[in-house]
Amino acid sequence: MTALVASLGRVVLDVMYALGHHAYFFADLLRNLPAAMRRPFLVVAQVHAIGNRSLVIILASGMAVGFVLALQMYYALAKYGAAESLGLVVNLSLVRELGPVVTALLFAGRAGTSLTAEIGLMKAGEQIAAMEMMAINPKSRVLAPRFLGGIVSMPILAILFSAVGILGAYVVAVLLIGVDAGNFWSIMQSGVDVQRDVGNGIIKSMVFGVICTFVALYQGYETEATPEGVAHATTRTVVIASLAVLCMDFILTALMFTTH
Amino acid sequence: MGKKGIETMVGVFVLLGLVGLVFLALKAANLGTFNAGSTYSLVARFDNIGGLKRQAPVRTAGVTVGRVVKIELDKKSYQGLVHMEVDSRVEFPKDSSARILTAGLLGDQYIGVEPGADDKNLAAGDVITQTQSAVVLESLISQFLFNKAADAGAGEAGGAKK
Amino acid sequence: MSTDTLIEIDRVTFGYDKGRTILNDVSLRFERGKVTSILGGSGCGKTTLLRLIGGVYPATQGTVRFDGEVVDARDIEQLFRLRRRLGMLFQFGALFTDLTVFENVAFPLREHTDLDETMIRDIVLMKLNAVGLRGAAALRISEISGGMARRVALARAIALDPEVIMYDEPFAGLDPISMAVAANLIRTLNDTTGATSLIVSHDVQECFSICDHAYLLSSQGRVVAHGKPAQLNASEDPEVRQFIRGEPDGPVRFHYPARPLAEELGLGA
Repeated sequence: MTALVASLGRVVLDVMYALGHHAYFFADLLRNLPAAMRRPFLVVAQVHAIGNRSLVIILASGMAVGFVLALQMYYALAKYGAAESLGLVVNLSLVRELGPVVTALLFAGRAGTSLTAEIGLMKAGEQIAAMEMMAINPKSRVLAPRFLGGIVSMPILAILFSAVGILGAYVVAVLLIGVDAGNFWSIMQSGVDVQRDVGNGIIKSMVFGVICTFVALYQGYETEATPEGVAHATTRTVVIASLAVLCMDFILTALMFTTH
Repeated sequence: MGKKGIETMVGVFVLLGLVGLVFLALKAANLGTFNAGSTYSLVARFDNIGGLKRQAPVRTAGVTVGRVVKIELDKKSYQGLVHMEVDSRVEFPKDSSARILTAGLLGDQYIGVEPGADDKNLAAGDVITQTQSAVVLESLISQFLFNKAADAGAGEAGGAKK
Repeated sequence: MSTDTLIEIDRVTFGYDKGRTILNDVSLRFERGKVTSILGGSGCGKTTLLRLIGGVYPATQGTVRFDGEVVDARDIEQLFRLRRRLGMLFQFGALFTDLTVFENVAFPLREHTDLDETMIRDIVLMKLNAVGLRGAAALRISEISGGMARRVALARAIALDPEVIMYDEPFAGLDPISMAVAANLIRTLNDTTGATSLIVSHDVQECFSICDHAYLLSSQGRVVAHGKPAQLNASEDPEVRQFIRGEPDGPVRFHYPARPLAEELGLGA
């Protein structure tokens, strides 16, 4: 009995320690951001590595999601004679929810794991230790530019996902199914508010960008410097980042889109 | 890829993002229509605002000319007070009326303003006094049933007299 | 005999976890301008010593002094100043794999100085020349061999002309020619630049051929013996002799502690 309580206590303490460690790491990252911003090329190179390299999967997925949404929503809406609102429904689904969230999940999988693996391997190869011995702070030289790169890339990727999704839905709805093009756009335009829908969607994607990049960097930096360690760290990045994104999505949606 | 190459690619990436944003804002949302320009506020009192929400449009002849910005309860008269922001370029005569209408059969509710005939116009902060409340479905049904019952009763009485 | 001590390790005890101490009450001195070796078996704390000198970890007990100043691992400003005077060669080079050979050597120059690119280019080429790899400047790290990687790492370590150069197992895994090259480089660099060199190694012969002074650490993390190579060679201490001569069994046992073999195999009483 006491053993059970003891192990429960240990779990709680471990969680507290982990939270504190995460918070400290985050604060340290923020502290090193100004130094990274003074080296714009480092950040630009990271935006390239993180953002540009994710373009293909984001655009392809966006289009696919747009196609599927249009198809599925059409059948549901047609039952109530509201097929003309297809554009509006697809737009809102994408811009408010699917754009930021699906992009974040794909980002965690593609860019997050590559960040974690890269930093974990740098640590394993003693490159981080070498930098420290050369009196160069690895957090400002290696981590902070990647953090900024992720924060900049994510909203752009989410916007592109939604935009391509809407275009994909247009192709299916208007060209394939035969919904009227004029109504498709006009009903959409009258129902979507830039500040409330597009703006909140962008805020969401920025928050998700911070979460995914931070988790990836933390797991990479704090990993055990062995092949198994790096493998576990990349798995943890995807799992933790995805769960965190989904939780934050619920909280943000409740804050932004429910009327008070 | 050299330094210049990377910077160019990132520039393209950011440009794509901006294009996407502009597309979303203009083509896919209502940025083009109303928000720019100055507005003045008007207030309208309703016995029942029904399902009217904030951000609901204010329309005249079907054209959107404003938005509802605040809805509150007047604690003295127990009426609903609806604050609106109307485009400065549109002015209404003092005896204009405001009704709460529904877009389509089951759509969102909005305020329809019908201009009156007065020479003087409503100024900023004025109250629209002629209002018609929202149609409440239950009242409609109970009235319908009442009418039906009255007709049936009259029919019986008439039939009985014969 | 007053000597100019640049680095002093004074009765230091240290362990990574609470349970296991790696270094037990060790005292060492490294004289300015000389090549000193730290010898010992695997896991006896040699690399840990280098980390303590570099201020990566704080000593649990005792002090580490660099040029008279006590090294405080928590004082970031001091560590910054200290590490500028230090160059470290890691065991497998620890080169930045995403940069070329040239960019690796240029890295500390670009980070710590405001020199323009032409000056940096000249310095990098001179450092690469000192290690004999000027022709390999444009190669990527994935294209060079292990021995070459060590030399590039050395060029990077001396890019800022440090006062102290620390070598972590510089001879491990090298072929005889590369080993001789490395040993020669270490000695020449030390003499021509007036730097102080610390070599952590378990290669007794190579170290003795170039060092002025040597320390031998035991697996319990204590200093077993120290002195000039000739002195250590002539020592009668069984632990020293076992290590220097490379005898498989002696004070450091061959068998890891275990039950008698007969018992393990379940043979008769």
